[in-house]
Amino acid sequence: MSDLLHVTSSPHVRGKDDTQRIMLYVIISLLPATVFGIWNFGVHALILIIATIASCVLSEYIYERLLHKKSTIRDLSAVVTGLLLALNFPSTIPVWMAVLGGMFAIIVVKMLFGGLGQNFMNPALGARCFLVISFTGYMTDFSGYKDYVDIFASATPLQTIKAGGSVDVMRMIIGTTPGTIGETSAICLLIGAIFLILMGVIDLRIPGTYILTFAIFALLFGGHGMDFRYLVAEICGGGLLIGAFFMATDYVTSPITPSGKIVYGIILGLLTGIFRIFGASAEGVSYAIVFSNLLVPLIERWTVPRAFGITRPKKGGEAS
Amino acid sequence: MGLKTFPGGVHPYDGKDLSKSKPVTEYLPKGDLVFPLSQHIGAPATPIVAVGDAVLRGQKIAEASGFVSSAIFSSVSGTVKAIEPRRTTTGDMVNSIVIENDGAFTEVEYQECDDVSKLSKEEIIERIKEAGVVGMGGAGFPTHVKLSPKEPDKIEYIIANGAECEPYLTSDYRNMMDEPELLIGGMNIVLSMFPNAKGVIGIEDNKPDCIEKLRKLCESEPRIDVQPLMTKYPQGGERQLIHAVTGRDINSKMLPADAGCIVDNVETLISIYRGVKQGRPVITHNFTVTGDAVCNPQNYRVCVGTNFRELLEAAGGLKDCGVQKMIAGGPMMGFALFDLDVPITKTTSALLCFSEDEASKFEPTACINCGRCVEACPERLIPSRLADYAEHGDKATFEKWYGLECIECGSCSFGCPARRHLAQSIKTMKKLVLADKRKK
Repeated sequence: MSDLLHVTSSPHVRGKDDTQRIMLYVIISLLPATVFGIWNFGVHALILIIATIASCVLSEYIYERLLHKKSTIRDLSAVVTGLLLALNFPSTIPVWMAVLGGMFAIIVVKMLFGGLGQNFMNPALGARCFLVISFTGYMTDFSGYKDYVDIFASATPLQTIKAGGSVDVMRMIIGTTPGTIGETSAICLLIGAIFLILMGVIDLRIPGTYILTFAIFALLFGGHGMDFRYLVAEICGGGLLIGAFFMATDYVTSPITPSGKIVYGIILGLLTGIFRIFGASAEGVSYAIVFSNLLVPLIERWTVPRAFGITRPKKGGEAS
Repeated sequence: MGLKTFPGGVHPYDGKDLSKSKPVTEYLPKGDLVFPLSQHIGAPATPIVAVGDAVLRGQKIAEASGFVSSAIFSSVSGTVKAIEPRRTTTGDMVNSIVIENDGAFTEVEYQECDDVSKLSKEEIIERIKEAGVVGMGGAGFPTHVKLSPKEPDKIEYIIANGAECEPYLTSDYRNMMDEPELLIGGMNIVLSMFPNAKGVIGIEDNKPDCIEKLRKLCESEPRIDVQPLMTKYPQGGERQLIHAVTGRDINSKMLPADAGCIVDNVETLISIYRGVKQGRPVITHNFTVTGDAVCNPQNYRVCVGTNFRELLEAAGGLKDCGVQKMIAGGPMMGFALFDLDVPITKTTSALLCFSEDEASKFEPTACINCGRCVEACPERLIPSRLADYAEHGDKATFEKWYGLECIECGSCSFGCPARRHLAQSIKTMKKLVLADKRKK
């Protein structure tokens, strides 16, 4: 009988959540914004989403096949990357560009650095930045939103504000504005975020400090004073909500230390503020996150928590 | 008092309903009894019997070989069959006294003490030592050593650990439900040695009947309080319990006494009462046989030295579904058994039999840096990084990131969605680092 017994080190029981389930939660949480994006921008948005996800999953599969590695596509992380990347596209870009973006995200940003858990940069945002720099015209063309009677025409709300115009805050909250496929609807994104928080996938440390820091920065330097409408527009506009809740919280590329998460959120808020208010573009979230990703190892090193029961070292003495 | 707890921790499925309501039955062993000479922390005991000697139940068969050591007593009457290395629950071969059971259970006469309050402190310590009392929650630290701190006046809390945070175990629950008077008696004996201390019995709130029962009994005990604790693993960890009860934190280099505390498992306190008042040594232990693969999960009062296999058969044996894993102790910190022919010691409190082994069901995958191990760690460590350093053999960084503070509770592995064997890597590295330190 004894040769049938399993012998392992303790603990002998395990929790229910695994990587695949967490990724599934993220996909579910993005569905409201996805469905709204398809409704808002039409069938081409749907085609782009499918093409990007397929490109990401296939890239990972073929890469691992060619290198004789065990396939990891079942963990669903490539699906999450594809979906997030697609939600960051304007609805008008050609399908080949979406496919290229998916390949870049998976192969260059993720797999070349060792696959899931090893990439230092959020794959979806890395690919988006690559595409924005390479095909600026396509990637900043928001004319896909066909509502010509409206002053929004083809400028995103943030571009309108930057140009000195005023925006309809209510429409921004619902999401019937131009923008990338998944970023426009604040309400849909928040529903997804609340779901993720309730499922224990993310907490408010990163998105909370990020949005709060950015809000304070915008109040101080935005040049609109205590204008509540301006503040709501800045928070709901552009990629801030999707970035703060779904991309800055990417486990792999954010700090693991509890206080590091706060520091990271503050840096994100400051960078986004600087890029949006002082930069040439109305947008700044992608670059802020990608840049902050690079700081993560440093932040972690500075914020290693003192273990339980370890007191602050006394002057000239050893920590006890 | 409200619910108290500690930072971090996890909520494993508790499984206590399997055996909770089963009253403790005395199990008298039939086969040979094996008494490892090292079932406590410290020097192994020295045998004082020889092969062929007749012994009685309750007779001392090995004595403490130093201050940090503990005596061992026979739990049956019979003859000494051998003194030889035998396998124990951890898989090690330990020198043991084997006694052939004559089935009569003839007991020695115990020296009862009529009035405990007349005993001096030294006499109490001596009686505890002579009863072979050790920490019965699992650590096995000799109790007479624990109760001899350098500055007894600075002890402010005597904490009875009734958390029983390990899933599936119900032996301490039964101790508190069945013999609360002995527990309070033991607590009072310890309190009599520490004039500035107050007694606190810490119990997780998943045992409301225990809390209520002890509260009622403590109404007439001005020095003893019952403290309900949040049900969370590892609430019964010594450092976690001290934090929950007193708000004080200690690290691996400190003793509970540094925070003015002495923590004893509830069964240890019961053993103190039996030893000091009744003169009875530690020869039995409350023991749970449970798990989904056991026919009749049970709570037993077993004789120390009883064979695991015999006890499993007493509980109806295994179900037809088969068994993948057997564990001595709880599922979070117990030892997986590869052989059932091992003896129950003063510190083993359960045999778990599972039809499915969760620990080897899943393949470990890449760390996704989710930080669940950080949230779960009651010692505020970064287990995923410590495991990396352990796997890379980076001892310096491992120590710098406080790897030696790990209490090996297993919460990190439990919560890891990538199914990494975090606790295992960290425990192994901890042993290596500590071995290096000893060499220096």
